[in-house]
Amino acid sequence: MARRVTPARKATVTAAAWALGLLIFFPILWTILTSFKSEGDAVAIPPKFLFFHWTLENYAVVNQRSDYLLHFWNSVVISFGSTFAGLLIAIPAAWAMAFVPGRKTKDVLMWMLSTKMMPSVGVLVPIYLLFRNTGLLDTRIGLVIILTLIDLPIIVWMLYTYFKEIPGEILEAARMDGAGLRDEIIHVLTPMAVPGIASTLLLNVILAWNEAFWTLNLTAAKAAPLTAFIASYSSPEGLFYAKLSAASTMAIAPILILGWFSQKQLVRGLTFGAVK
Amino acid sequence: MATQHSRSAARLMISPAVLLLLGWMIVPLAMTVWFSFLNYNLLQPGPRTFAGFSNYYYFLTDPAFFTAIWNTLVLVLGVLAITTVGGVLLALLLDQPMWGQGIVRILVIAPFFVMPTVSALVWKNMFMNPVNGIFAWIAEALGLQPFDFLSQAPLFSIILIVAWQWLPFATLILLTALQSLDSEQMEAAEMDGASALARFVYITIPHLTRSITVVILIQTIFLLGVFAEILVTTNGGPGTASTNLTYLVYGQSLLQYDVGGGSAGGIVAVILANIVAIFLMRMIGKNLEN
Repeated sequence: MARRVTPARKATVTAAAWALGLLIFFPILWTILTSFKSEGDAVAIPPKFLFFHWTLENYAVVNQRSDYLLHFWNSVVISFGSTFAGLLIAIPAAWAMAFVPGRKTKDVLMWMLSTKMMPSVGVLVPIYLLFRNTGLLDTRIGLVIILTLIDLPIIVWMLYTYFKEIPGEILEAARMDGAGLRDEIIHVLTPMAVPGIASTLLLNVILAWNEAFWTLNLTAAKAAPLTAFIASYSSPEGLFYAKLSAASTMAIAPILILGWFSQKQLVRGLTFGAVK
Repeated sequence: MATQHSRSAARLMISPAVLLLLGWMIVPLAMTVWFSFLNYNLLQPGPRTFAGFSNYYYFLTDPAFFTAIWNTLVLVLGVLAITTVGGVLLALLLDQPMWGQGIVRILVIAPFFVMPTVSALVWKNMFMNPVNGIFAWIAEALGLQPFDFLSQAPLFSIILIVAWQWLPFATLILLTALQSLDSEQMEAAEMDGASALARFVYITIPHLTRSITVVILIQTIFLLGVFAEILVTTNGGPGTASTNLTYLVYGQSLLQYDVGGGSAGGIVAVILANIVAIFLMRMIGKNLEN
């Protein structure tokens, strides 16, 4: 590993990487900055980068005017609800497939994955009509159901790849020491499985939080999560840049922070273990 | 080690997931197939009659269909080109020794976590707007005419927005793959006098091939379904200039209330997606063997 790097080269690489990194990050940075401007400063040409009158007014206005908290809460309920429901169904399945693999296990896994390949728009009409006829349109529970189903394959897969890495010898050792099935699960497997479950939870909350096909098509005023709420700014109202920015910043901040903690899991989860 | 007893317990543990997904696969899809053969419009009361293949006929011969297929292709291939080439270059850069690598990584990955509606609206208003956008300001500063991105080059603009969202994904995966590259092999090649270019072509690229394939396939699945970015920026327009297949089916079903036609379009989308999916499944399946 001892490859020598000249300081000059390292400095060049650092400068280039930082420049590109900031360029890619700039739209987010700009949104955050704009959220603290007055509407006048927000559309000023030339743009005001740092030297403007900083204000929290937009946040106050967004919170008052548009039931922001309701939509935020909808996002929380829908993303966490669907993730927990998915985990509840997926943990036993992934567990069984990892520790008691049968001849068909691989086929079942591949088949589950194939359900993920179905484009949502292929079932838009029946789901919309079913929801309309059962009163599930614009309800949080309806979205929890849909997102649970579409995320279930990813959850099973992620858990499977994690559980698969728990060495079977540990179970045998525990058994030799006279542990029963109950002890085995509580004292041996659970502690080893928790990190994998936590990573899966994290990634799925992120995916569900940002899901923008079903949330846009199946909700209106009541159950709309932040994705749909922000979309309502695409009307002329969107010309209020500072308020759009404040609403956007609040919508992406929690997930940005969660996301930064989940970089590794992201690779693994989204490539179904094909890249680690 | 697996006894008969644990086998049946395992089956019991797997069955809820399997049954749910089986229902999710079969019920709505069967309904879509069924609707696609009916004359069924929510605005026209009265009996729904059997339509044969006429929904498919109308959907497939509609000029909008060809535009949508073309737009879908351009969108998917455009974003793939930008993200894979850009991703490889960025990953190579980020893999070099530097100061503050962790922070740069965070900056680069961030756009992936921004919800599609937010990124589309931020780009639309604060960057691409011909009056108040940053791009207009840059153009004016350079003495050029401001360019109205979303009405003059709607598809290109959407490609730009979607590529910005997916570049981090490609970069992150390729960087992960690069970091698993055997450094001893590199050093051996270096000692044998292989040039930087030769090392890149004969060691790095072959090592990355599999990850690049994975990136392309997974992105394709998601890119075929791009929807929110179009909805909040152009509504598929002007005309059908930025309508992709997903948006076309959405319009047919939920804007024109044509359940039959929308369903036929949905089935066409499913078939197209499946063609891609077959390749992806083979890749992942092969990986499962190892």
